[in-house]
Amino acid sequence: MVERSRTFDLVAQVILFLGLVVALIPFIIVAIAASHDLQTVNRVPMPMTPGHDFLKNVAEAWDRADLGTKLINSLIFATGVALGKVLIAAFSAFSLVFFRYRGRMAIFWAIFITLMLPLEVRIVPTYSVAANVLSPYQTMLDVTGITWLIEKLSGIQISLQWGLLNSYTGLIAPFVATATGTFLYRQFFLTLPDEWVEAAKMDGAGALHFFIDVLLPVSRTNMVALGTIMFVWAWNQYLWPLLVTTDPSHATAVMELKELIPSAYGIPDWNVAMAGTLIVMLPPLIVVVLLQRWFVRGLIATEK
Amino acid sequence: MSRIVIRNVRKTYGRNEIVQGLDLDIENGEFVVVLGPSGCGKSTLLRMIAGLEEITSGEIEIDGRVVNRLEPRERGCAMVFQNYALYPHMTVAENIGYGLKVAGVKKDERARRVAAVAATLGLGEMLTRKPAALSGGQRQRVAMGRAMIREPRVFLFDEPLSNLDAKLRAQLRLEIRQLHQRLKTTSIFVTHDQTEAMTLADKLILLNKGRIEQMGSPAEIYHRPQSLFVAEFIGAPPMNILSAEVGDDRFLHLGTAWRLPVTHEIAAGPLKIGFRPEDVAVTHQPIPGSAAFDVMLVEELGMGQLAHGKIGDPTGGADIVVHLPKGSAPVVGQRLFISVPAHHLHAFDIGTGKRLATDNIVAEDGQHQVIGFSGGR
Repeated sequence: MVERSRTFDLVAQVILFLGLVVALIPFIIVAIAASHDLQTVNRVPMPMTPGHDFLKNVAEAWDRADLGTKLINSLIFATGVALGKVLIAAFSAFSLVFFRYRGRMAIFWAIFITLMLPLEVRIVPTYSVAANVLSPYQTMLDVTGITWLIEKLSGIQISLQWGLLNSYTGLIAPFVATATGTFLYRQFFLTLPDEWVEAAKMDGAGALHFFIDVLLPVSRTNMVALGTIMFVWAWNQYLWPLLVTTDPSHATAVMELKELIPSAYGIPDWNVAMAGTLIVMLPPLIVVVLLQRWFVRGLIATEK
Repeated sequence: MSRIVIRNVRKTYGRNEIVQGLDLDIENGEFVVVLGPSGCGKSTLLRMIAGLEEITSGEIEIDGRVVNRLEPRERGCAMVFQNYALYPHMTVAENIGYGLKVAGVKKDERARRVAAVAATLGLGEMLTRKPAALSGGQRQRVAMGRAMIREPRVFLFDEPLSNLDAKLRAQLRLEIRQLHQRLKTTSIFVTHDQTEAMTLADKLILLNKGRIEQMGSPAEIYHRPQSLFVAEFIGAPPMNILSAEVGDDRFLHLGTAWRLPVTHEIAAGPLKIGFRPEDVAVTHQPIPGSAAFDVMLVEELGMGQLAHGKIGDPTGGADIVVHLPKGSAPVVGQRLFISVPAHHLHAFDIGTGKRLATDNIVAEDGQHQVIGFSGGR
């Protein structure tokens, strides 16, 4: 559907412009609020011209929320999740598309169904596992009576413990499996010609060679696309980091925004809160801006 | 260079028998072309030799070694695919050298061998390009280079020229032939294009429904087709096939149009008679043994014309095609007279479609031999 007429172009431009304005207005308000001093920001209505205290507010927010540490935590967390998702999804899709084994489709659907079970739904069991990764095994041993038997026989009580609370692993691990990513890769792998596999076989390249030398390079735009989406998504996570990190040294930046929001009877320094918000939204913005060209290509086109 | 022996090889998918008990000997250095209509099992056969497809039963032997259970790379075969199967993210050099890289060949040795192969294929200038920047013919040359570099014992070609335009196809056909003359590597080439098959083959194998219909030199297959299928499949335009009958009067009757005396080796009864369009002699006046031919359509070929028309009466006769020499200028509606030299008549059993045992169908009494035919072959 390619319509070429002046009026149509004009209408399209106007709609696009309106969309842009709607999308940008909240950010503009945040930026303006972050540049006022305490009095101005609380005036009703708030003046829509930028003030002069922007840098002061930013510095204040940075110190109060300890954003230096928190941003690094967030960066490690979001990068870890994005990388983990990209790799695990590539591996599982590789297995699903290029190998023939029993139950392949069942496994694919099982992965697909996990789309309906986001972390928020399974947060209690996931927390319990994060608190002690080995607890399911402990339960199995307890229920089957093996613990009891061993205790009776040797006097040793089995108590498996491996906690992941307050650790990067605990933050990242529950997120690295991704049905969306697996699906994205699967659909992409399915478009690749069968002859590639066969040519690789004739060349004597094994499965892993094929994966590393052929599949990963040709799917790099997909990887970037998935990585970008997942980085932003992970950056914005709030609930899970809030649960697993009790130690402030492992807290993420998004969690710390809560610290900047003025309490009901505190000083209403929204200017500092908004400055903090601006800082925290910057890294994902940079990632998207840097990778957007690849990102769009990865989502719309397959490389020929 | 090596010898391939295929013994009673079968391939079944569920109940579908794709290849039905095939026996085949391929000599060292031979260029074998497997020809057949789509779905005849020719690609399956090739892929079984390559090791990309499992063999349901039977044995494939390369150089005296049964390879049924070997991985493709252990069989010493290299394959050229129809859609080139080049990796888009690798340069020409990387594509050609990938097999060596996997095999752990050192970088400088690899570069040397890639350069040598590229030079033979005229790809020297393009080593740093990506496949996307190449034309179809160049891509297929890269695919051939990839096959050549490991100096395989057997080359397998799976319709490698089908994606190219006619002119390139003819050119690459020639190059493949030259390459084979130089390297003398045993080659198996699968195609559905009979021109390719005829021009390339030392030995031509015609496959139909998973069986070998006929095997032999291209000339043999063209001039002595062993069955109706071969007769109709080989040749463009195809052989004219007519229903005929040998009467008790010892004459061959093609409808009411044609009446030719037969030798005593032919039994009375119905049969199929075939002759090639270019084996027909055309006259403007009736001569003994000729039949009337009404031109209904003329196709100009440049090196001659194809006249489509009917022999016998215009309403009930049989449709045939006749190849006329250059400059004969037939006109639609014109009545010509055609005759076929006796040794160019092929006779087939009406039931089995097999060629009749004898080649002497029509008694050569001197009268029915048409002489002076100068066809534009």
